Order: sequence, then C-alpha cells, then structure tokens
Amino acid sequence: MSDTTETGPMLAADGTPLKVSLNRALRRQKLRALALIAPLLLFVLITFVVPIGSMLFRSVENEIVRDTLPKTVAALKNWDPSLHELPGEPVYAALAADLKVAVEEKTHTKLGSRLNYENPGMSSLFRQIGRSVKKWDLATDAPFKEKFIEANKGWGDFSTWRTLKTYSPAYTNGYFLNAIDFEKGPDGIRQREGNQKIYVTLFIRTLWMALVIMGSCLLLGYPVAWLLANLPNKTANLLMILVLLPFWTSLLVRTSAWKVLLQQQGVINDVLIWLGFISDENRLVMINNQFGTIVAMTHILLPFMILPLYSVMKTIPPSYVRAAKSLGATDWTAFWRVYFPQSIPGIGAGAILVFILSIGFYITPELVGGTQGVFISNRIAYHISSSLNWGLAAALGTILLAAVMLLYWAYDKIVGIDNVKLG
Amino acid sequence: MTNATHSGDAAFVEFEHVQKSYDGETLVVKDLNLAIGKGEFLTMLGPSGSGKTTCLMMLAGFETATNGDIRLGGRPINNIPPHKRGIGMVFQNYALFPHMTIAENLSFPLEVRKMGKNDRETKVKRALGMVEMEAFGGRRPAQLSGGQQQRVALARALVFEPELVLMDEPLGALDKQLREKMQFEIKHIADNLGITVVYVTHDQTEALTMSDRVAVFDDGRIQQLAPPDKLYEEPENSFVAQFIGENNTLMGTVDSINNNIAVVRLDGGELIDCKPVNVSKPGQRTRVSIRPERVEFNKSRIQAGAHTLKAEVLEFIYMGDIFRTRLRVAGNDDFIVKTRNAPDQKRLNPGQQLEIGWLPNDCRALDA
Repeated sequence: MSDTTETGPMLAADGTPLKVSLNRALRRQKLRALALIAPLLLFVLITFVVPIGSMLFRSVENEIVRDTLPKTVAALKNWDPSLHELPGEPVYAALAADLKVAVEEKTHTKLGSRLNYENPGMSSLFRQIGRSVKKWDLATDAPFKEKFIEANKGWGDFSTWRTLKTYSPAYTNGYFLNAIDFEKGPDGIRQREGNQKIYVTLFIRTLWMALVIMGSCLLLGYPVAWLLANLPNKTANLLMILVLLPFWTSLLVRTSAWKVLLQQQGVINDVLIWLGFISDENRLVMINNQFGTIVAMTHILLPFMILPLYSVMKTIPPSYVRAAKSLGATDWTAFWRVYFPQSIPGIGAGAILVFILSIGFYITPELVGGTQGVFISNRIAYHISSSLNWGLAAALGTILLAAVMLLYWAYDKIVGIDNVKLG
Repeated sequence: MTNATHSGDAAFVEFEHVQKSYDGETLVVKDLNLAIGKGEFLTMLGPSGSGKTTCLMMLAGFETATNGDIRLGGRPINNIPPHKRGIGMVFQNYALFPHMTIAENLSFPLEVRKMGKNDRETKVKRALGMVEMEAFGGRRPAQLSGGQQQRVALARALVFEPELVLMDEPLGALDKQLREKMQFEIKHIADNLGITVVYVTHDQTEALTMSDRVAVFDDGRIQQLAPPDKLYEEPENSFVAQFIGENNTLMGTVDSINNNIAVVRLDGGELIDCKPVNVSKPGQRTRVSIRPERVEFNKSRIQAGAHTLKAEVLEFIYMGDIFRTRLRVAGNDDFIVKTRNAPDQKRLNPGQQLEIGWLPNDCRALDA
C-alpha cells in the first residue's frame, strides 16, 4: 500500500505500469479466445444478423419508385393531391421520359408489381404503357397527357397519381400499416374495410393458439416428466426413448400421420363409428381447422416441454416430498406447496421454448390447419414465395419479432429469466 | 428407562416379525423384532446396506413392510399413510424447502394442521428458540451454514410436537467438531421434551454417546440390542465387537470350557483363559476379542489373576491424548494397545520385547 502512495502507479519488475503489463499479458489469451470463436461469429453474422437486418430494412425500404421514375417524382413534388385534380403536362412528360429509360432497362414491370400491392391494377397499367412508350418519340410526340390517357384511361384516374405521389419517398410506413390492417386513404391513414382485415386477426389467432399449445404441452408433459424423473432408471430410459422418438422422425411424417388419424375418413372417426359413439353422417371434423393444428403441434412440440421439465425435476431430491409428508401434508399439499414450486424453472423454460417455437411454426399449420388453423407465419411465407410482396412479409416478420421480444420482456418481469433452467 | 421394554411396560413402537424385500428375491430386512419404550432414545447402528434406513423408512411410512406388523402406541400402522402418522423426521440432507424461509418451513407442518396464525407464530418462535435460531426466521435455507440448517431441520421436526421423532443420519454432513456439539444438543432437547427418538447412523461414537439403547444392524438383522456400555464391553458376537470401537482379535480353538471359563489354544500354540460368549464345546474355532485399552504392559499395573503373553513392539504412534502401540502378539501383527498420556506413562520403542497382560474377563471368546 505504502509503495503506491509514494511512487504513484504500481510498476512491474521491468518498470512498465502494472496495468499495461497485465493487459499485454492477457492480450494473447484474448486474441486466442477470439480466434477460436471467430468461425461461429462469422457464421452467425452472415447467416443470422445480416439476413434479419436486411429483412427489417426491407419493411420500410421503398426506393424503387424514386429510382425508376426520378424525373416524375421530382415533377410530382409540386402537385397537391388534396386538390383532386390530375397533374399537368410537365408531370406526364417527365413520366414519359422516365418510362423510356425504364422500358429499355425493363424495370417498369417491377415497379408496376410493387405499386400493385397498394393499388390493384397498377401492374397491368405499367406493362401496357411500356409497350406504347416504346413507339413514342420524346422530342416530337408532345403533349403526352392525352397520349397517356388515350393509351389507358387509368392514367387519367386521380387515384393512380395519388398512389404514385404517396409512394414516392424512399422510405415508407405503408408495409407496416398494411400489416396491421390500415391503409393510406385519400384523407390520410384509415383502417381497412371489415372483410380486408386479416392480419390483426391472424396475429391474435397465432398468439392465442401458441398459448393453447403451450398449455396443452404443459398439461400432457408435466406428468410424463415427473415419471421420467422418478421411475427406476431402466424404465425411465425406455420412456425417454419414447419421448425422443418423435425427434428422430421427420416433421412431415408426423404431420402426415396426424392427417391419417384425424381426417373425416380417418382412423379416429372410423373407430368412433365402429364403437357406436357417432353415426356415419356425423363424422367429426378434426382436421383443416384449429383443432387439427393444436393437436398436431402439441404432439410435435411436446419433447421441448418434457426435456427441460425433466432436467429440473431430476434435481429435486425425493426427500423434499417425503419431508412434507412426514410433516403432515397430504399428497396433494406436498405436491402443490413443495414439489411444484421447485419445478417452476422447468415450466418456465419449457413454456418459453414451446411458445416461441409455435409462434413461428409453419409446416404443420400449412398441412393440417385449413383456413382457420393457419398462423401468421403461413401468411409471411405466402408473401415471400407467392405474392412476392417482400416488404409486407418483412413488416409482418418484424411485428412478430417485436411481439415475441415484448412477451419475453414481460415474462422476465413477471417470472424472472433467472428462474428458467434449460438443462 | 433403558429397560422400559424389558420390564413389561407397553412398548411405544413395536416391530413384529417385520420383513422387507424390494425385488422379491432377497430380504433387506430379515425378521425384525424390536420394541421401543416411550421416551427412549434408540439408535439403529450398522454399516450401509444393513437395513437400518429401510427400517426407519418403514416406520415413517415411506416403505411398506413386505411382511409383519409395525405398531405405534399399540395401533398397527402398516396401512396408515405417512402424513397421518404424526411422526417427526429429520433427513440426512435436512430437506429444508428451499423456496420457503426458515419461519415458513417451520410453519408448514402447523399450516397443514390448519392451526391459526397466532398459534403458529408462537410455536415457530418457541421451536426456533429451542435450537437458538430465533434471529434466522426470515432467511432462506441456502443462506444458512450446514450446522444451522441442521438445527432448523430439528426444530421443524419438533414444532408440531410429535411423540416420536425419526432421524436419518442427521449429522452426517457436518464436520467433526460441530457433529460432537450437535450430538449433545439433540440428546438434551430429546430428554427435555421427553420424546421418543429413533436415530439411524453408521457412526458408532454417535450411537454410544447419544443413545439409551443401540440396535446394531448387519445383514438385515439386529446383531445386538443393548445399552451403550453393555454393547461396548460385552459384545455378543464378533461383528458387534469389530464394529463398535477398536478391537484386538486372536484366532484359536476352544480347548475346554469349565465354570464359565473357556481355555482357548491360540493358533500360535499359547493357551489362554477367556470368557465364553458364543462358544459352547471344545474343538470349536473362535475369535478371541480384547479391547486395546484393557491390555496392560506396565508390570506394576498388571493385576493379580491377569493372563500374560509375550509381545514385541512394532510401532509407536503418538496421538496426543493417547499413545497407540502396535505389537506382535501370538502371531498377530496388528495387536493394538492404547495407553493414556499420563505423566508416568512409559513410551515403548520398536523392537522392544515385553510381557503384556489382561484379565480373563476382558477377553471374550466369540464366533469365528
């Protein structure tokens, strides 16, 4: 102590300050550790962070209008859509000039399909005008306003221009509004009509069904995990194989098996009819609805509930329950007051796992969900692969991600993430 | 009191022809008969796998007897579930509920008995006071040391005032000093409350210091049931002699038995007088047992009538309060003599030849 007060900072034997010396000594270790995790870090960066980042970006990105029609966007700046008048000749001329370039580069159809998401009909409008513009001569064919309207009267439609104006900025909240069933109307943002509201319903349904699946996994998994943890090793191992067996079977095979079991001409209905519980005309509808999705997904996700529960229960010594009983507690009290509280970390872990997995589930609802049992992820997949509206898909995905993070945060506040034990 | 059950008092706890098998092939407990008097402190002592813990678990109700009757206060309890037996129990690892505070742990048995809040608080306080843990009511078990957890476990087993308390190696996890301290504390608390205690341990010192009677278990049977002094000084068979305390053994054959004196010819050829315990006829193989502290080599102290044998010193070990000397006697290289570290005590040197002696009464001819 007295050394430092007299001579300033502590020095190493060679005279360098001790802190510098220590850092130098540890640098090699740190570098080596970094080198060891570098492959994984790069892998995660390339396959996880970058795609998610680009997906999040896509949900607001809207540069296609500005890039394809730069002159038109500039000309539209001075046009006020609230006057409900068509733009003037300069705008049409600018559009003709832009389209001339775009047609040569074949980008006008892309823009058409992008704008078609917002205003159906735009796609064909652009494809058609592309063919006309090819024949026009920019220098001699003015004025273009009449030519455009002549080619397709859609160009004389006020809403076409309003859409172009609304989506001319480089960034838009349009996808997000779309994802929560809102749209940009002539008088600002408004909710969609009743029959067009699909996404909020889907989000709520997804969360609700994930909760139901989580609950049924817990109900079914808890006793199994208890058995696994308390049976003699030999029997427990056999049971464990039965629990793990689904893990080793393809997801598709398992889902198809449920199709065989649940369909109206399927095994369960046939058995019930054979037993006389239901008549042939009243076969139960158990598939292509929410029931089918819940049953199949509960089965598929069950191991994710059982395994964390098991690993926690395995660490609860049987003497606790015995102690409770010796103190006068009935079987139920001993379970509820002593065993159950100690299994909560396992419940927490299993519940989070199952809930988060099921919220993003795709294949099973697609196969057995029908129209009533599909999840938001099925809609996202549709926009990614069929409608090619990636912006909307990205917005939906972002909302889903935010919802999961919000729930996770709430869970941490209520249960405490420290109380979760995965193994 | 130790003879409560011999003198005809009604036994409080009774095992009658109790057998236990887990697999239907071997018996873990073979024909157990045991009567425990009210207020008695009985210890079940034995090596692991001797069946003592199984007996305790059958009494607590966590294992069912395969055959035979267990009675508590004259009432058969074979079909009464554990929570209705009203037996307090202290577990090996304490089994304090980790998610409850100490006070909640103690309050638990009172809550399940639907006791009012005020009564509960009074009783919890009193029980914590009994083990000097009043200040710890708000803590969790993990925040206590092993010894403190042990005290709480004891208080929890006593707080609902059971007449019978079972303890399954309760001091096994404590260090030596704390263990000795707790032995006396448990004993005093049990005496003060007048409760009946059945205590299971594999530590013979613990058994000797605490118990009114000790049941020595081996191979699923009670080998001897006796008060500690009798157990130590008059072991009835060679297992008990070996298991309780240190013991010198010499192998030999019975030469003759007369007037309660057995003459044994040791394998080295020497003839010695012994007390016949479980030998009955000449020609029988026997294991002669002598306690190390009953052997004397100081000529002036060897009493009249003592039996003497030649010996050679092999090793001298200084242990502080005692000296431990290893001798070769009648061909046995492991013959131990213990002497107190008194001012006039001689220290022996290896290689020294001398004569040792003991009273024939201290020399017991047991089964081979």
